[in-house]
Amino acid sequence: MSDIALTIDGKSVCASLGMTILDAARTVGIRIPTLCWHEDLGKPSVCRVCVVEIEGQNTLQPACSYPVSQGMVVRTNTPKVRKARRMAVELLLAHHPDDCLSCQRNLKCELQQLAADFGIREIRFERVLRELPKDESSPSLVRDADKCINCRRCIEACEDVQGVAVLSTANRGFDSVVLPAFGDDLNSVVCVFCGQCTLACPTGAIAERDDTRRVWDALADPEIHVIVQTAPAIRTSLGEELGLPAGTVVTGKLVAALRRLGFDRVFDTDFTADLTIMEEGHELLERIEKGDAPLPLLTSCSPGWINFIERFYPDLLPHVSTCKSPQQMFGAVAKTYYAEHAEIDPGRLFVVSIMPCTAKKYECVRPEMRSSGFQDVDVVLTTRELGRMIREVGIDFESLSEEDYDDPLGISTGAAAIFGATGGVMEAALRTVYAVVTGTELPEDGMEFHDVRGLDGIKEAAVEIEGATIRAAVAHGLSNARKVMERISAGDAPWHFVEIMCCPGGCVGGGGQPIGTVMSSRADRGEALYEVDRDMPLRTSHTNPAVLKLYEEFLGRPLSERSHELLHTHYTAKKS
Amino acid sequence: MSEMRGPAGPGGPSVVCKCECDDVFLSKVEKVVSSYRGRPEDLVQALHDVQSLRNYLPREALRVVARTLDVPESRVYGVATFYSMFSTSPRGRHIIRICESAPCHVAGAAEIIDSLLDELGVEMGGTTSDRMFTVETSSCLGVCGVAPAIMIDDVVYGNLLAEDLPAILRRYR
Repeated sequence: MSDIALTIDGKSVCASLGMTILDAARTVGIRIPTLCWHEDLGKPSVCRVCVVEIEGQNTLQPACSYPVSQGMVVRTNTPKVRKARRMAVELLLAHHPDDCLSCQRNLKCELQQLAADFGIREIRFERVLRELPKDESSPSLVRDADKCINCRRCIEACEDVQGVAVLSTANRGFDSVVLPAFGDDLNSVVCVFCGQCTLACPTGAIAERDDTRRVWDALADPEIHVIVQTAPAIRTSLGEELGLPAGTVVTGKLVAALRRLGFDRVFDTDFTADLTIMEEGHELLERIEKGDAPLPLLTSCSPGWINFIERFYPDLLPHVSTCKSPQQMFGAVAKTYYAEHAEIDPGRLFVVSIMPCTAKKYECVRPEMRSSGFQDVDVVLTTRELGRMIREVGIDFESLSEEDYDDPLGISTGAAAIFGATGGVMEAALRTVYAVVTGTELPEDGMEFHDVRGLDGIKEAAVEIEGATIRAAVAHGLSNARKVMERISAGDAPWHFVEIMCCPGGCVGGGGQPIGTVMSSRADRGEALYEVDRDMPLRTSHTNPAVLKLYEEFLGRPLSERSHELLHTHYTAKKS
Repeated sequence: MSEMRGPAGPGGPSVVCKCECDDVFLSKVEKVVSSYRGRPEDLVQALHDVQSLRNYLPREALRVVARTLDVPESRVYGVATFYSMFSTSPRGRHIIRICESAPCHVAGAAEIIDSLLDELGVEMGGTTSDRMFTVETSSCLGVCGVAPAIMIDDVVYGNLLAEDLPAILRRYR
């Protein structure tokens, strides 16, 4: 008897217990406007934009949180409802800057969209701004509190999804605003720079630091050789930024667009993802065999996750793999091996990364990331910033012919492509570890480890290799990472190897991904990466010919002295 | 009702400056909040207890509260800045709250406010130079029957006339 019959705008609706009016309305195609509501987050019910009339009640109720009940009669389109919604938006606009044309979120702003939908032509109230200072302290994020509408979506993303909780509402009444504790700037609190708040924010109150100008400048400088690397997740998300459906694979068009923008070489972070597997796989085997470093081994690809463990679980840092992330391995290899090969002075080599991630902007300026003698990666752009550059020059992305990455740092395997989805690093590592231990390759139909795929918060797998069992766990989203860390702290961790990705869904759900990223688009992008993997001729990192050549010509072998010098690092506790 | 007192420093009224988060003070804070360890639901009470030490909530004290109760610092700061009874900046030994809601206003609160600020030589929200009094406005004190009213620490003074103020203030000096 969970079926509940109600009427919305004269339509009979069959809903189930626990549904809200908003949920029920959507099942029959009635769209109720929302602002503070977000499909993946809780129900703050603070903006009053979704109010509806319920027969028998004097006051309007928020559809996003009001539960359906038997026989309820709801009206979503009455003069009273329209007036209240319009008033709610007008009041927000009255203390919101009116610089839409030059706002980073222009045309991607939910408040702007509502004002347009409601046909608001004038604001009856005096415009009073709070005139709060802009926080540009961090290399990753810019917070413009004047644009904050107190919807609290960033707070939920930060506290509930990521378990970091640097943001909360402070003060009261007109002065209330979302802030870090004590009004401190983001760079001096325990922010991990994951940027999930930028995806949650309906306006331009928090966004990535835009570094496109620095890249344009480098591209325009004839003295500088500018190369670019693209993270695994970009190939299934850039399309969405440019208007294609979620999960469209655009690898070839991405390469073509980057060439059109003027990059001298277009390379792939997938190359160093394969390299990471070689190093990290051997590190895992060495830890298991020698027992000289703690298990489980924790992955280190995700810079938001590294920031998290440095701030919240510094005692567990010895568990973290010493491998740098693929982005940083790329920078180190580019400014040494590639520079040598291409006979380019590394001082004139400018390395740009296209990443789904805001924390990568912080990672590339870390003091640990200068092993080439220079800053290994010069600028990190998010998917959104690359989209902006492509739009700025008017490239018709959809009609581009597909092109291939440049050699040698553009050669990769399917194992690297899946790095962008939660569980992908684990799966790639298992494929290679199996081959290293047994000396034989996994059969084509045994290549996929479905236990570690998908969007469950914590996944576990056990893989038999020559009579021994390798136990693995995978977590994505830092609140899930926290659960795993608590188990390790309590000595209740039966695993050898644990993959942690900071963002929900892994990098496909990163904080630098297109505005509008939700769980379903994360799933689509992840699925598309598995499709990329299936279509690749090579699917294991240790069979990447360019990686093998790199070892032969330059590094020697995995975990060699030179590998350690360029590809490994140690992280240190940060105050929390 | 009891009167809250800040600790008196040597040679004068309680020292309320920004640099007083010394170890002695912080160990007092730790002692005060220890009974709320791991109890986020007791945040408001813990803040009251901490504030009673120095009449305001210094930053380092809020960090102790956050750690002890296991509440994010951002939330502790949010709660401390939401309620008008809490202050995150230093205040005088006694807090004078003037009701600014309609019934007191109608009964002549404006005149009381002017006289009080004049008598103390401060602006609204300010602290006297001897660090004795901080004057704040307050929403309804719930004593409309005796409007206009002020509250000094925990004591309510109602049916006020401007000429009553000097005598009342003398009791605290």
